[in-house]
Amino acid sequence: MSELSQAFSTALTLLVGLDAGLFEIIGLSLRVSGTALLLAAVVGLPVGAALAVYRFRGRGVAVVALNALMGLPPVVVGLLVYLVLSREGPLASLGLLFTPSAMVIAQFVLITPIVAALSRQVVVDLWQEYEEQLCSLGATPGRVLPTLLWDGRHSLLTTVLAGFGRAVAEVGAVIIVGGNIAHVTRVMTTAIQLETRKGDLALALALGIVLLLLSLLINAGVALLARAAERRA
Amino acid sequence: MSGDASILPLVVRDLVYEVGGDRLIGPIDFELDGRGRTVVLGPNGAGKSVLLRLAHGLLEPTSGTLEWRTQDAARLRRRQAMVFDRAVLLRRSARANVEYALGLHGASRDERRARAEHALERTGLARIGARPARALSAGEQQRLALARAWALRPEVLFLDEPTASLDPAAARRVEELIVEIGASGTAIVMTTHDLGLARRIGDEVLFLHLGLLNERAPASEFFAAPRSPEAQAFQRGELTW
Repeated sequence: MSELSQAFSTALTLLVGLDAGLFEIIGLSLRVSGTALLLAAVVGLPVGAALAVYRFRGRGVAVVALNALMGLPPVVVGLLVYLVLSREGPLASLGLLFTPSAMVIAQFVLITPIVAALSRQVVVDLWQEYEEQLCSLGATPGRVLPTLLWDGRHSLLTTVLAGFGRAVAEVGAVIIVGGNIAHVTRVMTTAIQLETRKGDLALALALGIVLLLLSLLINAGVALLARAAERRA
Repeated sequence: MSGDASILPLVVRDLVYEVGGDRLIGPIDFELDGRGRTVVLGPNGAGKSVLLRLAHGLLEPTSGTLEWRTQDAARLRRRQAMVFDRAVLLRRSARANVEYALGLHGASRDERRARAEHALERTGLARIGARPARALSAGEQQRLALARAWALRPEVLFLDEPTASLDPAAARRVEELIVEIGASGTAIVMTTHDLGLARRIGDEVLFLHLGLLNERAPASEFFAAPRSPEAQAFQRGELTW
C-alpha cells in the first residue's frame, strides 16, 4: 500500500514538474496517433460515405467486411505490418521498421476501418433524409459525397475522435512494429508496459494518469460537440 | 440563358407505378401544358405524392411514358424544382442553402450571392439569412425551401402538400408565395388533400382516387359541379375507400 502511494506521489511530481522524459513520450504518442488519425480520416471518411451512398455489386459484403475489421486485434495488425516492413517483406527497402512511421502505419490500418464504418452509419442516416432533395436539385454523385461529409461534420467529428481514442490507447500493434526503443519509438502505452514490468510504477502510473485524462478530455469533447451540433442542427 | 426553350408540355401515357406487385398508380394519361396552377387533389393514399415524384423524375415508372418536349436530362433537371411537405434543408445557413442549389445549377459566385439575396428578400427571409436553416420555424423553413426553388427560376415547380405541416398563419404565407411564384411565370403543380387550398389556388384540378385519374377539369367547373361520384363524395367530405 505504501509502495502504491509512493508511486502515486512520484507520478504527480513527474507530471507537475513537467518531467522531460515523460513529456517526450507523451509528445511522441500524440504525434504518432494524430498522424495516423489524420490519414485514417482522409481515407476513411470518403470510403464510409461512398459505401453509404453508391449502390454497387458487393456493397453488402463490403459493409460486413468493414464492420468486421472494426474489431481487428491490434497485435494481429502489428504482426501484419511487421511482416510487410521486415527485412523479408515487400516494403523492406523503405527501412521503416522500428520507426515512428511504422507505428503510424500500424495505427492507420487499425483505425481506418473504425472511422469508415462509423462514418458510413452517419452518412446513411443523412442520405436517407437528403436523397430526394439532392436528386431534385440535380446534385451529381461527385457533389453528393462532399455535401454529405460537410453536413455530417459534427457527428463525423465524433467518429474521428473515437478513432483517436482507440489509436492512442492501443499497445499491441505499436510495440511490435515500433519496438519500444527509448527516445525513438517509446509511446505511453509501451512505456507503461515496460515500466510496470521493471517495477518502476511511478512513471507507469504517471503515464496511466495522462492516458486517462486524455480519454476523459476526448469524451468531454465528444459530448460538447454533440451538444453544439444539436443546437445548430 | 441556354435553357430558355421550354421543356413543356409534359405528355403522360399509360403511366403505371408498382411496388412489389402492388399497383400504386395507373394506368394514367394526362398532359401538362404548364399554364397556371395545377392542383393534384385526392384523399390520403390516392397516389398524389407518387404521381408528383414520377413526374419530377424521382421515381422510375413501372411502365408507360412521361415525355417532355426535350430529351436532354440535364436540362430537364435544371428547369424543374420540387418542394416537399417537410422542407429538407442542409445543415448550414439559410442563405447558404439557396446558394448551394444555385451552385449545383452552375451559377457563378457573384450570381449565387445576388440571386440568393433576391430570393430571400422576396420570401421575407433576408433578415434571417445568416441563421442556421434548421433552427428556423417550420413556416420559415418551408418559405426557405420555396426561396431555394424559386431562385433556380424553374419552368415547373412541383409542390408536395406544401402547407400540410404548418399552422394557419404560416400556411397562408406559403400560399401567397406559391401564387407569387406562379405569377412570375413558373408553372405550379401541387398536391393537396385540402379542399380550401385547392379552391383558392387551383386553375385546374386533377382528382386522383385509388391511383387512378378520376376527373380532370378546370377548377371552377370541378368545384361547381364535380362529375364523378367519388369527386362529389370527396367534396362533401364523405369519400370512403
